[in-house]
Amino acid sequence: MKTRYTYGGDEHVYIEMDEEMSLDAFFKGLSMSNAVRDANIPGVTEICPANASFQVKFDPDVTLPDDMLEKLKELEHVGEAADKRLETRIIEIPVYYQDPWTHETLMRFRERHQDPNGTDLDYAAKINGFNSAEEFIEAHHAQPWFVSMVGFVAGLPFLYQLVEREKQLQVPKYLRPRTDTPKLTVGYGGCFSCIYSVRGAGGYQMFGITPMPIFDPEQKVKYLQDFMVFFKPGDIVKWKPIDRTEYDRIIAEVEAGHYQPKIASVTFDLEEFNADMSGTNAKLMEALNDA
Amino acid sequence: MTLKIKNPGLSTSIQDLGRPGYFHLGIPIGGAMDRFALRAANMLVENDEEAACLEAVFLGPEIEFLEDRVVAVTGANMPIKVDGEPRQAWSSFLVKAGQTLGFDFLKTGARIYIAISGGITTKPALGSRSTYPIGALGGFEGRNLQSGDEVPTGQMELKTEGRKIPVNLRRGPSDPAELRVLPGLYWHRITEASQKQFFGGEWAVAPEADRMGYRFKGGNALEFVDRDQPFGAGSDPSNIVDGCYSYGSIQVPGGTEPIVLHRDAVSGGGYFTIGAIISADMDLIGQLQPHTQARFVKVSMEEALAARKERQKMLSSIRQVLG
Repeated sequence: MKTRYTYGGDEHVYIEMDEEMSLDAFFKGLSMSNAVRDANIPGVTEICPANASFQVKFDPDVTLPDDMLEKLKELEHVGEAADKRLETRIIEIPVYYQDPWTHETLMRFRERHQDPNGTDLDYAAKINGFNSAEEFIEAHHAQPWFVSMVGFVAGLPFLYQLVEREKQLQVPKYLRPRTDTPKLTVGYGGCFSCIYSVRGAGGYQMFGITPMPIFDPEQKVKYLQDFMVFFKPGDIVKWKPIDRTEYDRIIAEVEAGHYQPKIASVTFDLEEFNADMSGTNAKLMEALNDA
Repeated sequence: MTLKIKNPGLSTSIQDLGRPGYFHLGIPIGGAMDRFALRAANMLVENDEEAACLEAVFLGPEIEFLEDRVVAVTGANMPIKVDGEPRQAWSSFLVKAGQTLGFDFLKTGARIYIAISGGITTKPALGSRSTYPIGALGGFEGRNLQSGDEVPTGQMELKTEGRKIPVNLRRGPSDPAELRVLPGLYWHRITEASQKQFFGGEWAVAPEADRMGYRFKGGNALEFVDRDQPFGAGSDPSNIVDGCYSYGSIQVPGGTEPIVLHRDAVSGGGYFTIGAIISADMDLIGQLQPHTQARFVKVSMEEALAARKERQKMLSSIRQVLG
């Protein structure tokens, strides 16, 4: 892993922890971005952690770009030395796989897809060596996921699965992006899953939909009354497959204003995870039993 | 209420200088695409420079005033009328209760900024009145204006009419537009020949040009330096592991058509970027129409900072002229 520093115009410094995705690169980036926040460097206006990189937006009238770059470099060792431990939460997110709404949409944009004759899930299953969409769905929800970035559009989480690299599911994006994606679609591109927080354009493959809102600018949804965006980097997610009946039940509960997602506080320790992935995951998921 | 929207034009929205601080959650800074013009318009009507104005693109709105206000219009060249009578751009004029502010067809530029004395006073969202329609945030009910909307503005004693910004202190793109670029970010991903061609190329603004980004076409496709794609990036050579995007950054999906991200940018994604438009020239992009010819000009950080100072100096000169 080699850290690379570069400018994005005269108002941004972009710091790439690694070219490839790994939890090590994510943790180093998160720790370093926290160190930057704690350092209160004059002129810094935004700190945006991403999967294996982060970006600092600053006012060059307050701190000159070269000085900013130097100050950031000085903080690299703080990021490296930081505990790779997070006090965080695990959330159970209900997913209605193979739902009618994403199905309608993926059929509408078939000519932009690698496999015009199948569905996104059939294609994902095939190229990842599974015999059926059902087997692929099982692999998608059996092990938990880590929110490694929030962004693209308002409140959209990128999620990285907590499994060995050889077990990571990988799917290309659409050949040409769609102009439409249903709100709350569970999508997939590269090695990342995502939830589309709002309706709009998108290039990720579409697997299903969640009834659980994750962005509410009006803050009417009960669990979004403190802040309109649900996810933050470091959150852990366990997908729970649901059927149409359960989907409709949750939608009704959300509309009635009393739906509450299942959430438990957990500690995630990267070294512990690297030493025993399935044991760590089992412990994380157990926490949801008491939630 | 002060303003009644009789016709919203093509796309008219409430904008101020935006909402910094939420890009890490995917909520962009937003705000005026031509900030120079918004500040100038506010100065003309003696508002705070960051007060919320109307930004209208390509086609002006028609607005009935329900109360007397002093108004100024800056930015694109679009003839101004009050009850059919012409008014000067880049100057302040009175619109009385019952009168209608309207516009003729756009001549040059792309966006006008309409400042109203007292400023627009819709409810701020996350510290700004700027409209972010994708997130249904800010502005008027989180969306662009529609016919029949009634928009509130602040009350203040009527200010002087006839304040004027001299022509040499107005700013807009040249023709062809010259957009200065600081190479960086993933610049190393393309070959030296492509790096040269990018700056030598004749580009034109594509029809896909809006507050999120401006697409350009007409130049040569970029060639990538060979590599094995890193894990998690995706298979296309223009893919990276999804990262954060800089405002003004230039992404080139598939290496073919550059897209400059603007104020309502997506905050991140999986396309490589070759650098960014310098901060001083972001305003100019907001004034480009589709099919406008454009060139990208390579600059150093020193030149970028000098251009930034130059723009600030022009704004100070306007402050001095207007007193």
